[in-house]
Amino acid sequence: MTEMQAPPRRDIDRDTRLALYTSLVRLRLFEQRAYDLFMQNLVKGTSHLSLGMEAVAAGFGHAMRSDDYTFATYRGHAHTLVRGADMAATMAELLGRSNGLLGGKGGSMHLTSVEHHAMGSYAIVGAHLPIAAGAAWSAQVRATEQVSVCFFGDGTTNIGAFHEALNMAAVWELPVVFVCENNLYMEYTPIRDVTAVANPAADRAASYGLDSILVDGNDVEAVYELAQDVFAKARAGGGPSLIEAQTYRKGGHSRADAAKYRPPDEVEAWMARDPIDLYRARLLDLGVDDEALRDIEERAQAEVDDATETAKSGAEPDGSTLMTEVWSDGGAAWRN
Amino acid sequence: MAELTYRGAVSRGIAQEMERDERVLMIGEDIAAAGGVFKTTEGLVEQFGPTRIRDTPISEEAIIGMVMGAAMTGLRPIGEIMFSDFLATCWDIVANQIAKTRYMTDGQVELPLVVFTNNGGGLRFGAQHSQSVENWAMAIPGLKVVAPSSPVDAVGLMAAAVRDPDPVVYFSHKALLATKGEVPDGEIVDELGTAKVLRDGKDATIVALAAMVPRAAEAAERLATEDGINCTVIDVRSLVPLDTRTILESVSRTSRLFTVEENPRLVGWGAEIASLAAEECFWDLDAPIVRITTPHIPLPSAAALEDMAIPSVDRIVETVRKYAR
Repeated sequence: MTEMQAPPRRDIDRDTRLALYTSLVRLRLFEQRAYDLFMQNLVKGTSHLSLGMEAVAAGFGHAMRSDDYTFATYRGHAHTLVRGADMAATMAELLGRSNGLLGGKGGSMHLTSVEHHAMGSYAIVGAHLPIAAGAAWSAQVRATEQVSVCFFGDGTTNIGAFHEALNMAAVWELPVVFVCENNLYMEYTPIRDVTAVANPAADRAASYGLDSILVDGNDVEAVYELAQDVFAKARAGGGPSLIEAQTYRKGGHSRADAAKYRPPDEVEAWMARDPIDLYRARLLDLGVDDEALRDIEERAQAEVDDATETAKSGAEPDGSTLMTEVWSDGGAAWRN
Repeated sequence: MAELTYRGAVSRGIAQEMERDERVLMIGEDIAAAGGVFKTTEGLVEQFGPTRIRDTPISEEAIIGMVMGAAMTGLRPIGEIMFSDFLATCWDIVANQIAKTRYMTDGQVELPLVVFTNNGGGLRFGAQHSQSVENWAMAIPGLKVVAPSSPVDAVGLMAAAVRDPDPVVYFSHKALLATKGEVPDGEIVDELGTAKVLRDGKDATIVALAAMVPRAAEAAERLATEDGINCTVIDVRSLVPLDTRTILESVSRTSRLFTVEENPRLVGWGAEIASLAAEECFWDLDAPIVRITTPHIPLPSAAALEDMAIPSVDRIVETVRKYAR
């Protein structure tokens, strides 16, 4: 693992710290429940969990302004929830129920909550980088000082859209922050085996005249502080940033993947750096009492339990919705 | 009323909409300083400034992706793909993202955008710069598709496309750029999903699109004078939505249907219209439905070969004559 320079610690207030911890725990418990529901065959299709990677979503999510835009990948549950999407509706979407965020039309890979500026989860690798740049272009034209934040995996750095979007964003000095969640595996193949440079995003930043930025993606405060810096730069007209957050999946790429291709010592080393365990220990060191943390954990568990029950109680989508919302008139007619 | 070229009409349509609505912007390769490689955006950067008419790198995925991101966040952008053949380089954004996002999000995301592109053959550009690919777009649920054949329609359909709340792929035709037509003064706003009857005749219905429209009209004129065969000529104009009412009513009246398509044979837009006519006008038909298309080949570059490939006035006349006597 590449050495990263730890940013100087700033004073983060207690409320923010507890909010970060709350998000980490909520995201973790949601994803664990999602996994359990797959195992019960209540979730069909596929799903890609952020277990082990929650600190990236929480750190960036908490640094955002409420009108900043999030663009996520098919591994987008955490990024959508952290913006404020209703947990029960998110769970219901995974279950394909009518009370889902998307009425059951999108599923796990397409979670979107426009009212929370979670502008979608994109399931074709790389596609959303230019789309996120477009939202940043729009913010620039409208002079709103909004930032567009685009999360993607390490594998995305090898697809053409990555290059097109980064170059365009740099040339137009767009307020967009590209965040590569490098979990070391593109799907099943180690990213280092298929990439010309050691750090797939950071080592390419120079090609676009951008700073090379690596951050420990399992250190929620490091992520949060970095996010504040790059967002401030973008809002001030300083243009885009490309971040490489190093992290690791607790499980496989997707539902069907047991991740047996990962060496046991590597897995062990990363599991010892679980972002939630790390932050919990740090908060205790900082003098937060254990009871406050347990209270957060119990509340999050109750929220996930309630969300699960609400989601499960939702009906299957009504057949009448099959032919709706192709067009803005609400319908699907292509002829008169 | 003024006489305008098709290329001038495209640019007038864009200017009309940009003047009306400051959320309308356009990006593409060589569209600003150079005025477009086909001069369809000439003078616009001078009129509207470099923020609203902006040159991009050669990055089709970025152009169309940016247009999508801007459309979902409050702008009404137009993205130009210089040659429609290049849609293949950004087809993921068009077919997987733009077309599907509204449905996948159950209506949360609205995409009022236009993909403007230069389509079609006849300029001896060879197989990668001459295709008629409107059926690519027509095949994907969630995209509206227009292809004007005249200057006045080029203005009006541009306005309709820009104002439509859904994504529209606008196919300008390269072989029509220098053609001229009368265009009324003042604002012109057309309607998507409307075909236009250019000529009324009782013996056969000829349905055509874009550059095939003037050829179909000329063929109908010859058939009337040389053979006494009177054809209705319909300019489809809008493939999605499709004005099936106008087309099928005419087929039922004339009992004969011919499509004139510049695209290669398989799965051209005319196949869909033929299928609809077979399903819904079968008992009114007096002759087989015949599609007049380019053969199922890549387009050649040499003039002699390209002219053989694309349906000609002679081929339309001969085909209709054979089946409509």
